This record gives sequence, C-alpha cells and structure tokens, in this order.
Amino acid sequence: MDDGNGLGDVLETSDRRAAGAGGRVTLTLRIRRYNPETRGQESWWDEFTIESEPDDRLLDALHHVKWYLDGTLALRRSCAHGICGSDAMMINGRNALACKIIVRDVAPRVTVEPIRGLPVLKDLIVDMEPFFAGYRSVLPYLINDSGEPEKERLQSPEERHRYDDTTKCILCAACTTSCPIFWGDEEYVGPAAIVNAHRFVYDSRDEGARRRLEILAEKNGVFRCRTTFNCTDACPRGIEVTKAIQDVKRSILFDRF
Amino acid sequence: MTTVHTYDAVIVGAGGAGLRAAIEAADRVRTAVISKLYPTRSHTGTAQGGMCAALANVEEDYPEWHAFDTVKGGDYLVDQPAAQLMTEEAVDAVYQLEHWGLPFNRTPEGRIDQRRFGGHTRNHGEAPVRRACYAADRTGHMILQTLYQQCVKRDVRFFNEFYVLDQLLSDGRCAGVVAYELATGEIHVFRAKSVLYATGGYGRIFKVSSNAHTLTGDGPAVLFRRGIPLQDMEFFQFHPTGVYKLGILLSEAVRGEGGILVNSDGERFMERYAPTVKDLAPRDLVSRAIYQEIKEGRGVGPRRDAVYLDVRHLPHDVIEEKLPDVTEFARVYLGVEPTREPVPIQPTAHYAMGGIPTNTDAQVVVGEEETPVPGLYAAGECACVSVHGANRLGTNSLLDIVVFGRRGGLHMSEFARDADLPDLPDAPDVRVRQTIDGLLNRPEGANAADIRGELQEQMFDLAFVVRSETSLRKMADVLAGLRERYERVFVQDTGKVFNTELTEVIELGFMLDCADALVAAALARDESRGGHYREDHPLRDDANWLKHSLASRQADGSIRLEIKSVKLGPYIPMERKY
Repeated sequence: MDDGNGLGDVLETSDRRAAGAGGRVTLTLRIRRYNPETRGQESWWDEFTIESEPDDRLLDALHHVKWYLDGTLALRRSCAHGICGSDAMMINGRNALACKIIVRDVAPRVTVEPIRGLPVLKDLIVDMEPFFAGYRSVLPYLINDSGEPEKERLQSPEERHRYDDTTKCILCAACTTSCPIFWGDEEYVGPAAIVNAHRFVYDSRDEGARRRLEILAEKNGVFRCRTTFNCTDACPRGIEVTKAIQDVKRSILFDRF
Repeated sequence: MTTVHTYDAVIVGAGGAGLRAAIEAADRVRTAVISKLYPTRSHTGTAQGGMCAALANVEEDYPEWHAFDTVKGGDYLVDQPAAQLMTEEAVDAVYQLEHWGLPFNRTPEGRIDQRRFGGHTRNHGEAPVRRACYAADRTGHMILQTLYQQCVKRDVRFFNEFYVLDQLLSDGRCAGVVAYELATGEIHVFRAKSVLYATGGYGRIFKVSSNAHTLTGDGPAVLFRRGIPLQDMEFFQFHPTGVYKLGILLSEAVRGEGGILVNSDGERFMERYAPTVKDLAPRDLVSRAIYQEIKEGRGVGPRRDAVYLDVRHLPHDVIEEKLPDVTEFARVYLGVEPTREPVPIQPTAHYAMGGIPTNTDAQVVVGEEETPVPGLYAAGECACVSVHGANRLGTNSLLDIVVFGRRGGLHMSEFARDADLPDLPDAPDVRVRQTIDGLLNRPEGANAADIRGELQEQMFDLAFVVRSETSLRKMADVLAGLRERYERVFVQDTGKVFNTELTEVIELGFMLDCADALVAAALARDESRGGHYREDHPLRDDANWLKHSLASRQADGSIRLEIKSVKLGPYIPMERKY
C-alpha cells in the first residue's frame, strides 16, 4: 500500500483512543421483573449496580447480572450483534436490541423493561405467538403459480431495489411493540406484519399482492396506523417502517392489482 | 409428567439445514421441527457474504472448478465424491432458492449477480472467480427467511423453544428424542422413526468467536454421550476478520469487493503470503498470516494484537450497497467509520469443520466401514460429510446446509415411510430427569460463568490458530479441572418457567464435551493441515495423516481415537499455494 503516512496518523489516533479508554464505568440497571412462580401476578423493580467496560453492550451488562448477581433473571438472546432479533427490550422507554446499545451511551443508569403489548411470561421474556400470528396472516411467502423456469426468474436491479428495505426485517417485534395502536388492540396486525407483506407486494416476481392487500384493507389492517413513526424510530435495522406502511395504504387506495 | 408425541420425522434445529430438511420431509411424512430458539433466531441468519455455485452468470465457471477449489481449500481432507456432488447440486440449489423468492442481487441483465470470495478460483487456481451469489451482505439472513417462509406456507409443525437433551436408541436404531420445554420446564418424549440433527456449531467454546451465545454443540454432544463418534473435531475454522475483541464477523465479502489487510507498517502483507490471490487466500492461511504479523511485532492497536481491514479506497456506493451491515458493525461496536479509518480485526472462532459423521444422504454413520445408524441423520455445521475437510471455503457452509438439508430431509422421509414405528426404551426420559433434578437440587456449588469463562479463555490461548503438544496437554489438564468443577455446578433458579440459568448450565456441559473431543483429536494429529496448525509439526504429513479422525467417549470417561480413510478422487494432494 502506498499510503504509509496516512496509516501512521491512524495508528496514533487508535493508540490515543485506547489510552483514553481503559477506565471502567459504574452502571446501575433498573430492571422490571416478573415471575409468576415466585411472586404471583405483580411485577416489581430490581436494581443492580455493576462495573462495566464502556464499550460493552448492554447485553453484556445483563449477562453480568444474570451470571454473577441473580441467576433467575430471564431474557432471550442469541447472536449478540443485532441480527437474530432475540433481545428486543424497552430500554430507557424506547424499544431497542440490548446487543446494539453500548454501555457508554446509557451509563450511569439504565432502565430495562420487556417490550409492551405482548403478555409477559417471565422478566424480559414475552409471549411472541400473537406477534408471529400477525406475521403469518399476511401470507409471508412468494406466491407465483406461473411455473418455475429452468434457471432464475429475471429481475432488474431497479425492480430488486423496490423492496430491498423491507427484506432487512429480523422479526424482533421492536416496531410492533412500540406502536400505540398495537398496545391498545392486539388484533391490529402491526407494523412488522405490514413490512413483511410489503416485501412481497412490491417484488416483481410475486403474484399474491391482491390477496395480501385485501387482508391488509380489513379492519385490523393497515388503516389502523396513525403514522406516529414510533415503529421507524424503533427499528434496529433502520427500515423505513412508516414509509412502507404508507406505500401499502396507497396501493390499496389507488392501485389496481 | 412426561408428554409423548409420535412423528415419522423429527428435525432438531431450525436453521438453514433444519428448515431445508423440513420443507422436504413435511411434504411427505408427519414431521415436527424442534428448536431451542424461534427459527428466525438461528445463526444461519448471520451469514453474510454469499453462496457459491458455478452459474457462470458473470464469467466462465464450472462445478468442476468449484469442486477442485473445495478440495484444495480443505487441504485434501475433503471426501472428494461428496464435494463433487455438492458443487454440482449447487446450481439447482441456488435456482430453487430464487424460485422461492430469495432476493439475490442482480446483474444489469436481471440475472443473479456473483462476486469473488476467498479460495474460489478460475481453472484450478489461475485467478479469483466471481462465483458467490449474494443478497447484499445478509445472504444468510435471506436464506433463513426464505426457508422459514416456505415452512409457513407448508404449515410445518414447530416446537419452538423446546431443547433436545437426549437421543433415544432401541436395538441399534433411532427411536426418538427427549426434549425440555423452556416455557414450562416439562419433559417431552418424541417417538420418531427418523431424527435429523441440524443444531449448528460450538464456536462458543472460544473466547473470541463469531458464534451466537446459543452455539454450544448440543447435537454433537448429545450423540457423543450416546456413543456416536465425532469426526475431525480438531479442525476448527478461525475466520481472519473478526471485530477486534468481540469476534463479530466482518465478511470475507469485504475483501471480495476489494478490501485489504494491512499491518502497522501500512503494508498489504498478504502479498507476501499468497502472491496470486493475496487477500482472497483461504481463511486458514490468512489467519496464520495475521498471527505471524502480530508475532513479529507488526500488529496494531493498544496491545499490538490486531491488524487492519482497510476499505477506505473503495467507492462509497460499493460500501453502502453491498456491505451495509458490516459497515454498521464497525460503527456501532468499535466507533470506527470505515470510509475514513481502517477497522481493527483479529481472527475469530467461526466454524466447526468436524462433527457428526454422515454420508451424502445425511445418514449418521459409525466406524471405518461407515455403517449407517438406521433412522439417524445430521446436516449442516453439526455434521461432517466431509465436504469441508480441514478448512471450509467461504460460502460453502450455506451451500452445505441447503444441499445436505434437502438430501437428508428426502432420505429420512423415505426411510420413515417404509419403517415401522420403533419401540421406546424403558423409562425413556430417565436420563434427562436425573440431569435436571441433579442440577436443581444442589444447595451451593461452583459458578457456571466462571467455568465457561475459563474454558473460553484457555481454549483461545491454547487451542486456537496455533497449537502445540505442550499447549494441548495443558488444555487437556484444564478441561479435566473444569469437568470436576462442573460436576458440582450450582443453579440458583429452581423454577420451571424459562429457567434459562438451567439451560445455560446444560449448554456448558455440552461445550465441555465438544472441547474434550477437539483437544484429544488435536493432540493426536501431529501434523499441520488446514485449520489445525501445530507449530511443533508445521508440515502436512500425507503418509500418516491423510485420514479422518473419529473420537468416541468411553465408559470410563476417556476418549478413544480411531482413523478413517479419506475418499479420494481426481485431485491428487499437492502443496497448497495461492
């Protein structure tokens, strides 16, 4: 590489940054607890204060609590880098993935609660079945009865781009459980289901748009949305959820399928 | 109380291999999928770069070139007929996924676009070839979603958050599995004619790993405890570009799109180690090169134990359109802006080449003569076909799961259609109940996180990119000590509802089994091949070691090692240069 001097500057910066870090921070976690086996139907708050690395994830801090302070703390997690969608929680009042929140950004004090609108089963674990039922209701799979070609179906980069954003959904439920309409009525299909319908409605290879739009035109469908943008703010994948919902509304009102 | 369910086919695990098998089996026989996670949480979803198949959409390519690269990349420990089969079926496997809606990136003509990847070359090593079909840098996510969508369409029966803890065998054939229901703590027996394991890897035995917390070797360990040998466990892949300290994967696609590795001198050091393909050498070679640079004092970072992955010279639209996720990982977890700064990386434990021995129909086979265990199957990372040999090429894992998931699903359902329902052994749940009761009725004891942390630290120090007899003997001693502590591990939570402390402790037990097998096999193999590098035996030794290893747990707790022939083919082992 001919850029040796440039890298020299970068090396110095990275060394300085490391020298400035190093110190641990004190973090107090205020966690909403629930355990029907030991404490009945009432939830309660617990506080834990730990020492943490500033660049740790909030998930690491929760692990520290579980592994060293209170083994009964229950949460879901898997990949720990924002792809599997297991650890959506309400963190300081906003939905996020615990593995994408960095301790430095929330210290010295953070409040952690389960996502809202789904039945809590234990601590930070909620019943995801109503959420997945909404997902399943929009026929979330490619519908094409025209027969399969020998090779791939053709799709231009522009056609592919039309639905790119909504293919990023990881079904973490952060959007749906940030929606005030969903909090009030679990029958509302919710933002994530609409995102997954969108992903197929605007796929040039799909032939099921009319059926999906009929489902979403019904009373628990897309017109319940009041465009509060909570869903877009909550999405850990940066999907423009509200825009996707508006696309679908517009198609129901103006397009012929 | 134990609930008994009866199925023709039971699939354990709902990542790519399990879902692909389920699609095949559910159309034919009564099928259930049991998974400790919701299917969409599976680790297939984190695979980034692509899935190789010789479509020849953007340049000349043939399955035969792909087969050669796979065999050479695997340092000739690959079973060549299996690699030939996989690379031939790859083409239809990609079209199948496209027909199911997978949103591949496209060429201007609307065909599936393809890009370069490590170790994939034109005409037996001439130059890198564009073979990897991809969907931005979330190809695994799109495969997992697409397969799950097809399962929803077929109304496949899922038992989500059920954790399989034991395999049932009667008269030498598969009889079913025993599972623990996370939400209730209840035990379920699944009586089944055929069972396919697709539980993924066990990278969590290492401190720095790209693997999910839940990748703890459950399937291999369950079978290991039932006397099934594990094959080639010494071969673990250390991916060169993990996020510094955290191990989060930064896809090889970064280098496929033109990213380079540089040391503290600003030198593109891979030019010295692999003059032809440079940064796109196979992962084992690149990881060793990084280790060497660090050892010789050319590392970066505060402890000089990293090197840089540099994409500053790439066009912004390539970074934003083709590598959006990996760019975000650098921003979120390192606070580094890759368009302006190079990203500190280090090798990360990524993929188990070894696992449950199978044939190309995904049947579990035992011994040198490869006798199938009737009704028992495995596919994906938990299995060892072996198509990856001593070092897997990038993208071949996604190919493996769809090709052998499909073959396994097909074979298990045909087997189940013709087979009688097996008898259950007496008291089929007794082992699982004893394990759980033992763990929950202990007033005090060792801390599981301490044991796990020490396992991960020591495996990282003693059995990682570079190993030796000394380091491995030390690791074997460490494991014996950890085992002793594990025998008196303490679980504070005695409840039944989502007792995730209990399930984590059970996972730790499985991790210890996998580590035992890995270290025993690595100690025995006194040569260097693929991902297994012994600094006290730095050369490959085909005369003695062109062999698979089989590790079996003996009644006294020790591990017995045997060897098994590699199925050779047209490719004669030669020195691996790139």
